[in-house]
Amino acid sequence: MNFFKVALPYIISGVSVGGQYALIAIGYTMVYGILRLINFAHGDVFMVAGLLMVYIAASFPLFVAIPAVIVLTVMLGFTIERVAYRPLRSAPRMSVMISAIGVSYLLQNLALYITGGLNKNYPAIPWISDRVTVFGLDTTRVTVITPFLTILLVVALVMLINHTKLGMAMRAVSKDFETSQLMGIRINSVISATFIIGTFLAAVGSMLYFTNYPGVVPTSGGMPGLKAFVAAVFGGIGSIPGAVIGAFIIGICESIIKGLDTILIVNGVIGEQIGLATFSDAFTFVLLIIILVFKPTGLFGEKQTDKV
Amino acid sequence: MTKTNHKKNWLAVLIVLLFLALVLFLDQKIKPTNSMYMLMTVLQKGSVYALAAVSMNLLNGYTGLFSLGHAGFMLIGAYAYAIFTIPSSSRDTVYQYYDAAVKFSFPEIFSASMGPAGTVLGIILAVLIAGLAAAIFAYLIGLPVLKLKSDYLAIATLGFAEIIRAVFQWSKLGPVTNGSNLLKSFPRTSTFKFKLAGETIKLSTFVPVLIATICIALIVLLVNSTYGRSFKAIRDDEIAAEAMGINLAKHKMIRFVTSSFFAGVSGAMMAMVLSIAQASNFKSAMTYEILLMVVLGGIGSISGSVIGSLLFVAASEWWLRGLDSGSFLGIEAPNVFRNGFRLVVFSIIIMIVVLFFRKGIMGDREITDLFRKKSKSPAKEAGK
Repeated sequence: MNFFKVALPYIISGVSVGGQYALIAIGYTMVYGILRLINFAHGDVFMVAGLLMVYIAASFPLFVAIPAVIVLTVMLGFTIERVAYRPLRSAPRMSVMISAIGVSYLLQNLALYITGGLNKNYPAIPWISDRVTVFGLDTTRVTVITPFLTILLVVALVMLINHTKLGMAMRAVSKDFETSQLMGIRINSVISATFIIGTFLAAVGSMLYFTNYPGVVPTSGGMPGLKAFVAAVFGGIGSIPGAVIGAFIIGICESIIKGLDTILIVNGVIGEQIGLATFSDAFTFVLLIIILVFKPTGLFGEKQTDKV
Repeated sequence: MTKTNHKKNWLAVLIVLLFLALVLFLDQKIKPTNSMYMLMTVLQKGSVYALAAVSMNLLNGYTGLFSLGHAGFMLIGAYAYAIFTIPSSSRDTVYQYYDAAVKFSFPEIFSASMGPAGTVLGIILAVLIAGLAAAIFAYLIGLPVLKLKSDYLAIATLGFAEIIRAVFQWSKLGPVTNGSNLLKSFPRTSTFKFKLAGETIKLSTFVPVLIATICIALIVLLVNSTYGRSFKAIRDDEIAAEAMGINLAKHKMIRFVTSSFFAGVSGAMMAMVLSIAQASNFKSAMTYEILLMVVLGGIGSISGSVIGSLLFVAASEWWLRGLDSGSFLGIEAPNVFRNGFRLVVFSIIIMIVVLFFRKGIMGDREITDLFRKKSKSPAKEAGK
């Protein structure tokens, strides 16, 4: 019982972080499912959404700022695909990946230039940044609502993919690019739609994520982006439920490792702090390597064979 | 190999030797107070990045293994070099919070019996150990991850670099790695000098350039060997290469380990040039920058990578400096040209190269190919 009492705050914050990762991970998994591209810039789009919020909320009320941030982020995602990925559609996969890294570099440097490298305080969003008490634990409301909001959005997305014409087109394109083109699907609009959905979710995710953090810096997007990607791989890239489950697992594990020293000391396993929190980021990647070695297709991924 | 080829090789060797002599000369002439000293900084940092870029090109361009773990291997190299060369007198001040586990330093051990030559030997040994340590780690990580296909390999190696960074910052390893604190006081480039007939001969730029040149020359020899050709075969078509009797797993591993060895050496050089080693500097952003240098120079061209990294370093450290400090090419605009603008301009240039000049500066040609007569190049293309 003692274990749960100590671990509970970490688990709750882990579920919340997991929800935020899930929203980013969907963007990765959808883009990968269709274009077979690791969109390295996705984490930076997430960071830009955070910065946009900082700047827009400084001069407009929140009911204007929130929709404005979402619209602008979606436009950014759409533009990136148009400018940086579309011209390379027929190029080798490595070139597109390099282009994605280039975009990420550009966005980070742009953010560095505009912010001057300073930490920008994220505006407090009323209601969701209020403090509440759950299970006798003091936390912000955003921590509690994130998992529910995430699941709601994911259910809506799965409905969209399974029951609409656009969703059907997306599934077709991810199965076979050329054939779906021959069947009259307009590939470019399907891909644009994918980027729009992905960046929309990243924008929502950034609002939830940064509310719990002191501020936004140009490199804020890198780590959450990478972790969300790992979540997508872990769940089986291309599978949306997989990405969500992967993200929750990674969020919870990461959060527990942050408090592992304390948890272990309370339970008498170790005598003193041994600095295991250093590994909270690295653990994600250990998990990645393990899953890639033993089950490269992830938890829910489809098996693929290379054709000669 | 034809006779012209031999002639060409000698020409290349001659050019390299002339370049080295020039660097040695400049090292004596340009004082740190001189306005041209930026050139020396660029040459020092450029040679570090050139070696890093060439070793990455060896993997990405010549073997088709898209690995993003370079920063991790450089970190191992930098730390290995630093740990084995910090003089015992400075150990206590460097390892402030820990009891240093490694109590000796190679330059000291050898200089005790051999004098100044021993110091040099000790440093060379430390640099070699830096490379070997990176190579050993590469072997261990290569066992599981080299089976993975392109983008999965990229993300797994990227993840590996992050793991290494965390391990080196772990407080429990403090006696060896000094935890998250930096390592310093080891021999750096400015300590490389000797007295000759009353004159001090400075080698602070010559040494890094020399190390990079030797390593890159080794890589060139490797690429042009039979091994090199089988790697190109793997890059162009894995399945066909395997059908021709090339042992895929073994070759990939050899290349991964070799590339990491040189990445480790470049990490050691990075420590020498920056005179500190700190794990938090070796982020994935560093790998991305090196990758962009390779792309700038042309994937699959060694001389391209060298040119690419020298241009990258020169542009970001020197030529575009004005963009950060208010005036550039005589245009005064302090509001636009403020801190960070240089990097924005720079990343836009890189995006233009990535999107519109996908072959980079050299494509997959070498600088020596440029001396070849034009009529021969279509034949070369057809032969591919």
